[in-house]
Amino acid sequence: MTRLSNTFARLKKEGRAAFVPFITAGDPDMDTSFAILEKLPAAGADVIELGLPFTDPMADGPAVQAASVRALAAGCTTAKVLKLIEKFRKADKTTPIVLMGYYNNVHAYGTARFVKDVAHSGVDGLIIVDLPMEEDEVLRVPAKAQGVDLIRFVTPTTDDARLKRIVADASGYLYYVSVAGVTGTKSVPEEEVRAAITRIRAATDLPCTVGFGIRTPEQAAAIASIADGVVVGSAIVSRVADNIAHGKERVVAEVLELSRSLAGSTHAARHGKVPA
Amino acid sequence: MNQIPNSLRSSPDASGHFGAYGGRFVAETLMPLVLSLETAYEAAKKDPSFQAELSGLLKHYVGRESPLYFAERLTEHLGGAKIYLKREDLNHTGAHKINNCLGQILLARRMGKTRIIAETGAGQHGVATATVAARFGLPCTVYMGEVDMERQKPNVFRMRLLGAEVKGVSSGSRTLKDATNEALRDWVANVHDTFYIIGSVVGPHPYPALVRDFQAVIGAETRAQMLDREKRLPDLVVACVGGGSNAAGMFHAFLDDSGVEIHGVEAAGDGVNTPRHAATISKGTPGVLHGARSYLLQDADGQILEAHSISAGLDYPGIGPEHSWLKDIGRVKYHSVTDQESLDAFMMLSKLEGIIPALEPAHAIAHVSKIAGQMKKDQVIVVCLSGRGDKDIFSVAEKLGEKL
Repeated sequence: MTRLSNTFARLKKEGRAAFVPFITAGDPDMDTSFAILEKLPAAGADVIELGLPFTDPMADGPAVQAASVRALAAGCTTAKVLKLIEKFRKADKTTPIVLMGYYNNVHAYGTARFVKDVAHSGVDGLIIVDLPMEEDEVLRVPAKAQGVDLIRFVTPTTDDARLKRIVADASGYLYYVSVAGVTGTKSVPEEEVRAAITRIRAATDLPCTVGFGIRTPEQAAAIASIADGVVVGSAIVSRVADNIAHGKERVVAEVLELSRSLAGSTHAARHGKVPA
Repeated sequence: MNQIPNSLRSSPDASGHFGAYGGRFVAETLMPLVLSLETAYEAAKKDPSFQAELSGLLKHYVGRESPLYFAERLTEHLGGAKIYLKREDLNHTGAHKINNCLGQILLARRMGKTRIIAETGAGQHGVATATVAARFGLPCTVYMGEVDMERQKPNVFRMRLLGAEVKGVSSGSRTLKDATNEALRDWVANVHDTFYIIGSVVGPHPYPALVRDFQAVIGAETRAQMLDREKRLPDLVVACVGGGSNAAGMFHAFLDDSGVEIHGVEAAGDGVNTPRHAATISKGTPGVLHGARSYLLQDADGQILEAHSISAGLDYPGIGPEHSWLKDIGRVKYHSVTDQESLDAFMMLSKLEGIIPALEPAHAIAHVSKIAGQMKKDQVIVVCLSGRGDKDIFSVAEKLGEKL
């Protein structure tokens, strides 16, 4: 059992969905992002998606792009992100961390060295936005050998034939992208997501989280009633941006407050019921 | 990895790789579309009616074939090999870009797409895209970095005259790389109805192959014209390289002609040993950006560096995967020339031949001016004059300290 499978198994037993906040590592600086990271589990995070900043995040909207810009301007590097995770992992042995980024940073680090070092630092999964199944073997296989799951995407444009091939080699969980678009720009269409989750459940037993377009506790609750996990990213990193002028303590406090509120509605959504 | 196949003209392989380069590094949302584009393109290639419509448009709308012009005074001035210019600057819209845009908009129509988007650096691809969108009555949005909008004002105005919406991009270095990111973001959000006309031999497979194929008319014509005029193949073929579409199109016909030397010319900006250049092959390392593995300007962490060139069309920190492969196997030699050298060549060609070249091919001319004199008088060089320089007169005037 891995930390990811343990977490989803436990949540299934408890009859609730995972709250999965996304923050960009090193945003607005390494210390502040560590202060947020270490308190996220207590604020209700079941799994944490940690963004690896990239200069050219093609699949992200303005909020996550800006978070990358802030982190890189503050001197964030891949090595520092791995140290950040290692420090988190010393104190927290149970909350899974999924590192999310773009392939060029992995490629530059060296794929073999990358999977070894992320596994050592305590990473449980990788989400590489621009690595579709046609190209992912080069990372998926060595990562798996280190006990790290490469999380695959399913999107509104994925047809049944493709879905079948995606789930065949998938592990950890699936990430359903609720809208065709970049992060944080459109609102999650609940009915379409419900239909998509039904389709995915027919194809696999893997847990399925939903992201892109979930901003409010109400939206989180609606998605929590149909999916295994609710990912919120742009709304959280926007909270960082909105509070930088008020100081780092305020950034940490505001991000955690939003996380508690989103986690609360995510966890309460099903009242212990297993989704149909 | 770098085993050389029997023909260098048969790449990419079925999965879109040129040796270790290329591929399809895009978000899952885009993958089904990228795959359907490949299917549509393969079908179009074999469809005589598609090819007939394209060649008709190339002839009557673009004005092909373009002349192969013997630059007599330039040859005399440099005192060595005979220099021919492939006059892509005489195409409708003033550059080679239109060849590719016509091919892609016919594909868009074939796929039932009703909206066109594009990225542009110098504005030539944006103008060519806006032109074909007008010609086929499709709405068109062009993404352009704010820095490029400033230095290529005439082209911004041209695109608007043609009915396109020009969207300024203020992220990153505000040049071609950032315009490409923004076009990709638009595409992923509008996959259902939108066709992305990529302007160079970059992006996910099949773009590098299909753009190369639509531009290969340049080399095919040149090769036939040269055989007709000189009864022989050239000794050297030269083209400038940013993303590398005019070069890929020019080189393709000559790749298997072992007696023909091929040079690509990159932009060295202030110099390749300064931080301000766009010499991706000379100074870059392999990485993955905008859907393909290729040489990139990047730091040790894989963060993309900002390119610099006086020429907006060469101001890009990547290069096509086919060029990356041709470099590694040694078939094409890549050189670079500085902003100043390209400006000198811009002036030289204007004064000697009455041809004002775009700053992009001025880089190719600058390279030729360094080597033609060392070649024999019975040797022949052909240069792809990929575009005309009218769009550049403002930035050249500024460099010369003149106000227009």
